[in-house]
Amino acid sequence: MTKLSLAEVEHIAQLARLELTAEEKARYSEQLSAILEHAARLQELDTSDIPPTSSVLPTRSVLRPDVARPGLTPDELLSNAPRAEQNQFRVPPILE
Amino acid sequence: MTTYDEFEPVIGLEVHAEMQTQSKMFCSCPVLDATTAQANTAVCPVCAGMPGVLPVVNQRAVDYAIRVALALGCTIAPTSIFARKNYFYPDLPKGYQISQYEEPLAQHGLLPIITSEGEGVIRVRRVHLEEDTGKLTHVTGEGGSYSLVDLNRAGVPLLEIVSEPDMHTIEAVRAYAEGLRAILRYLGVNSGDMEKGVIRFEANISLRPRGSQTLGTRVEIKNLNSFRALERSVAYQIERQAETLRRGETVALETVGWNEAEGVTFIQRSKEEAHDYRYFPEPDLPPLVVDEAWVEKARALLPELPQAILRRFQQQYQLSAYDAGLLTAERDLAVYFEAVLAAAPGVSPKQAANWVLGDLFALMNSLGRDISSPPLSPDALAGLLQALSAGQINNSTAKTVLTEMAASGKSARQIIDERGLTQISDASFVSDLVQRVLAENAGEVERYRAGKESLGQWFFGQVMRQAQGKANPQVVREELQRQLDTLK
Repeated sequence: MTKLSLAEVEHIAQLARLELTAEEKARYSEQLSAILEHAARLQELDTSDIPPTSSVLPTRSVLRPDVARPGLTPDELLSNAPRAEQNQFRVPPILE
Repeated sequence: MTTYDEFEPVIGLEVHAEMQTQSKMFCSCPVLDATTAQANTAVCPVCAGMPGVLPVVNQRAVDYAIRVALALGCTIAPTSIFARKNYFYPDLPKGYQISQYEEPLAQHGLLPIITSEGEGVIRVRRVHLEEDTGKLTHVTGEGGSYSLVDLNRAGVPLLEIVSEPDMHTIEAVRAYAEGLRAILRYLGVNSGDMEKGVIRFEANISLRPRGSQTLGTRVEIKNLNSFRALERSVAYQIERQAETLRRGETVALETVGWNEAEGVTFIQRSKEEAHDYRYFPEPDLPPLVVDEAWVEKARALLPELPQAILRRFQQQYQLSAYDAGLLTAERDLAVYFEAVLAAAPGVSPKQAANWVLGDLFALMNSLGRDISSPPLSPDALAGLLQALSAGQINNSTAKTVLTEMAASGKSARQIIDERGLTQISDASFVSDLVQRVLAENAGEVERYRAGKESLGQWFFGQVMRQAQGKANPQVVREELQRQLDTLK
């Protein structure tokens, strides 16, 4: 497993909306690489006879009936919001 | 040489349809009408993305999705997997959308379409379940520019239906989109109210030289909320790409939005900086298991679908594809039409179709009603059509009676009787009337005999006027001709 490049770390930071210093980038490059390397050890196992799975739970759907119940009041919902206006969260401008 | 002679457009559609369930996809918050609900009145810790909450799948949403998938002839996966689509955007408080990715609910369907080129089939690649996002409103005010977030829509069950790139004309795109909307409505899964944003389209378009089999670079148009926007934006992209290719340039892979006011697409982001969604299986939800019994139960409950009804109307009632298409555009309308026919045995289906699509629609428009609450019952309309086809009233009287029926709630029979509107077909009465008109207009008769045959129509008008419009025009015409012939 090769070490994560600086560009890869920057890409991941961008996706996670994290602003990292040069020093942090170097440190996380080391740490993330170590984590990946650790996980990569799983590749050493022979899984040729094991079907892929995305869950270890028994294959049984867990469903709820379609019944509506009231949730939070707008005041409750917005009580932790840094800024609110007209019963809505107010956030920095989003322009796509 | 037109663009279409030179290039073949290759178009695929992604359709997002909200499902009309009572509660949201993964929590019990009510699904509200987005156009009338107060902001943030249907939000709970689950759809607000609070820490420590867990989603639970809405059974009816799955059931609706199965219905749609079956109606499209898809194969339902016995096990499908929910996946996390990660991205940061304030319309999605969790930081990810729960969707389906590698193993969707259903795949490999078909939607037949009819265009001026005849019948065609559009393949459906996949149908999967996901959740809708919240609504952002951009505000520019004194305090600067910012956005407001309403999470009522966040978590509303959403069905994504992806076609193969099988469409080559704008007409086919429209036919597919409308066909899909009709199916959603027939199944009771979606209201079809485009203006409320319950159905949205994304189109991807590429061009290739006619005759070529390779695919060109595609451009994706996001967030189209109406058939008109869909058609116009696709037409715009086809022309724009054709111009680019004619100049010898290449089309760039990009995602664009549609500016309805200016009629142009604009670049949202080029694919190089597209979101890296880092999909992975949703750890908070077990695989979705749909057994054979569930599928068969849903299949048994499928109503007759619009395409099937359309064919039946053409065959059983000898209606044109056009009339049959209009009559089956909405299930309520198809049901209404057949109820009229059932209650009016002697009336021809073509005549009934003309009245339903013409006069009834005009009346509904003027009253601001629609076929879900018609101004008169199918039985009432059948009564009117029977009086008409039996010759008791003529066409123009029937139109008057129709309006009065809607206003008064009286039957056609009552109105015809009360107002003495019965059309006069009595041969001797008509004969006397014709005789009198000819006698009173000896001068015109002379000119008619001298060869001015166009006066025949004038005599007809005179007779009808004398009869105050109540004479059977067919009987009058024949009698008039008979008497004029004897004068020659």
